[in-house]
Amino acid sequence: MNSFYPARRDFLQLLGGTASAAWLTANWPALVSAAEHAHQAAKSGHTALEVFTADQAREVEALCACIIPSDATAGAREAGVVYFIDRALKTFFSDALPVYQKGLEAAQKTTAELFPGVPRFSAATEEQKLKIFSHIAEESERPESGARRLAPGASPDFFQTLRVHTIFGFLVDPEGGGNRDFVGWKAIGRDPSHSFSAPFGFYDKDYPGWQPVPGETEKK
Amino acid sequence: MSRPMVTYKPSDEVDFVIIGSGAAGGVLAKELSTNGFRVVVLEQGEYLREKDFTHDETKIFVQSLLTNKVNVHPVTFRKTPEETARKQQAVLYGSCVGGSSVHFTANFWRFHEIDFKEHSKVGDIPGATFADWPISYADLEPYYTKVEWEIGVSGLAGSSPFDPPRSKPYPMPPLPVKGNGVVFERACRKLGYHAYPAPMAILSQPRTGRAACMNCGFCLGFGCEVGAKSTSLSSVIPMAEKTGRCEIRPNCYVHRIETDKNGRATGALYFDGQRNVHLQKAKAVILSANGAETPRLLLLSASNQFPAGLANSSGYVGKNLMPNSGAIAFGVFDEQLNDYKGPAVSRIMHDFYELDPKLGLYGGGGLDARFDFTPISFALNGVPPGASKWGAGFKQTLAHNFTRTMQIFCHGTSLPVEANSFSLDPDVKDAYGLPALRMTFRDHPNDLKMMEWMKDRALEILDAAGAKTKWAPPIQEQQFAVHLLGTCRMGNDAKTSVINADHRTHDVKNLFLCDGSSLVTSGRGQPTMTIQALAYRAADRITTLAKHGEISA
Repeated sequence: MNSFYPARRDFLQLLGGTASAAWLTANWPALVSAAEHAHQAAKSGHTALEVFTADQAREVEALCACIIPSDATAGAREAGVVYFIDRALKTFFSDALPVYQKGLEAAQKTTAELFPGVPRFSAATEEQKLKIFSHIAEESERPESGARRLAPGASPDFFQTLRVHTIFGFLVDPEGGGNRDFVGWKAIGRDPSHSFSAPFGFYDKDYPGWQPVPGETEKK
Repeated sequence: MSRPMVTYKPSDEVDFVIIGSGAAGGVLAKELSTNGFRVVVLEQGEYLREKDFTHDETKIFVQSLLTNKVNVHPVTFRKTPEETARKQQAVLYGSCVGGSSVHFTANFWRFHEIDFKEHSKVGDIPGATFADWPISYADLEPYYTKVEWEIGVSGLAGSSPFDPPRSKPYPMPPLPVKGNGVVFERACRKLGYHAYPAPMAILSQPRTGRAACMNCGFCLGFGCEVGAKSTSLSSVIPMAEKTGRCEIRPNCYVHRIETDKNGRATGALYFDGQRNVHLQKAKAVILSANGAETPRLLLLSASNQFPAGLANSSGYVGKNLMPNSGAIAFGVFDEQLNDYKGPAVSRIMHDFYELDPKLGLYGGGGLDARFDFTPISFALNGVPPGASKWGAGFKQTLAHNFTRTMQIFCHGTSLPVEANSFSLDPDVKDAYGLPALRMTFRDHPNDLKMMEWMKDRALEILDAAGAKTKWAPPIQEQQFAVHLLGTCRMGNDAKTSVINADHRTHDVKNLFLCDGSSLVTSGRGQPTMTIQALAYRAADRITTLAKHGEISA
């Protein structure tokens, strides 16, 4: 069980002080059902590959890590984004599979062209990766610019596709197969709890309650 | 969980078959079955329950768990009738029991008195088919109140000096204020405006077997797991089923309304989940399929007797689409708002509901302080222009801004324009081989100008609120609609409207339409409250007609 999800007492709190025992009895099955549903969300964390080969997965993971790097907080790597993408390409993002196949080839060519001797993107140094990835992103930004393309045949959509999928895999509710252990939500300051009570933040904590504008209570 | 307590055979001639179980269809089902009639509701989507709802955006936004699926029901779009439309997801609507009320944000304003008689006040507007309603705010007021008390609306009566008269306070207090509401309210006060607690169709207190809002923050786009959002699914549909006279039948794609030689509707033809075709017979038919699918269904029901489509002697079926205009401004604050918690909106203001004619603008709008992003949609669309899109800079922006960003959303009028419409695409077919829905739309120039004006006010408010960074995307012509209004409008003149004030079509005596298509003007946004008030009123009118023998006679 994941500690971030509400337990029975949290659902009781939702009912407020006015809920009667009879009301609870009548409605408990639905609330329990909702709670159980919430608990299932913790069962993410796919670790088996279904679409990518191990080599491809290593490259995709390294590319995703350029979009959301690991630093003081977790990045795409720790969130298990590559596993999210792998599962997505098997199911709801399956149309994007050719984009990855072409995009990975292009990334390989760009790596070889910029840094001869570096066998693959994932083997480059962090500084080299940034340079290679900048090229990939810039090509996507200016697909019709006429600028010399380092990797002819690269899909202009690869960077955009990878970016959207990485964001999904980093920030989706874990029920969707990414954001492992809520590391993505934690990295952006989102409390992974499933329910909240006011006050929510800095500005509402001392709110005195709504008051009419003095002297302007008459109808306009 | 609740199950239908009654089932009918398609060959059973029930009193009413209702197409669509959303905001209007749910209310009509509840009212008519409570009044003793036998009702079948045919819903295109699935019958999902609270336990089926999820915060998983891959299911909601990628796989369209709750909404129309364009791979089955494609939509095409063009700006003007001269263009050939191309496939584009131009329309989003609910496709499950409860319809769009399941995934909506739950903003629940009443329209104001002016919305019903604005044409008389301002006169004709070039390029618009502007008209008054055949009913007034006073006619609808008792039904607005009924909506608030039956489905459950949170709010504070008397808190806006611009509010129309009301006969009763709200049944429960407003939802908790959020950080965005506090800074918006302070800024409005500084500028002489009047922010007030947003009326929301979300329970602030437990009520009639439903839990109060747990502030999970997943309202817009999502179904509510605890039933706190006052959807048709959580409120009126269970009441309809409890009568023992109403069957909610999901997975039914209605594609034709049948008529007899006398020009009367005899029932609804639909595909079931296995694509078998059935005719649900009924003494009267009510379309509440939304402002896109109701006119499409009428057009699909053309026959030798009704060559331009059913109930379309006026030629107005599908025309005058009004999706409401919109503008948005963003602000980033020094401290954490944490607006991802709680319903999207907690404060609104209606100071601009009726703009000063000296501005040279028609109509008006309402502004709300909100945060309607999920973590994913924020990363995709919530960061300032010019911010890094990847790498350490991108991650830092997300980490700083996610908890400190708010939006001001400006909702406004759309003028009715005849060319703006839903029609049948002559080339593109859906997965059943039927003509796809085609949307033709270009904003009336007034609406774009008004949104420019509103956007500037929103930025001023963010300034006064102390936003450290602020920006607003440029106003653009709309190519995407969720408020599907005006496409079978109500009126006394059968030449310029499709239904009368009783929601009965001018052409077919036992065919009624009630949903967003019935609206004559667009208000200033947030139409669901008015759609439901109309549905309660329509149910009263239809009941009276039926009891006087004026429907089946």
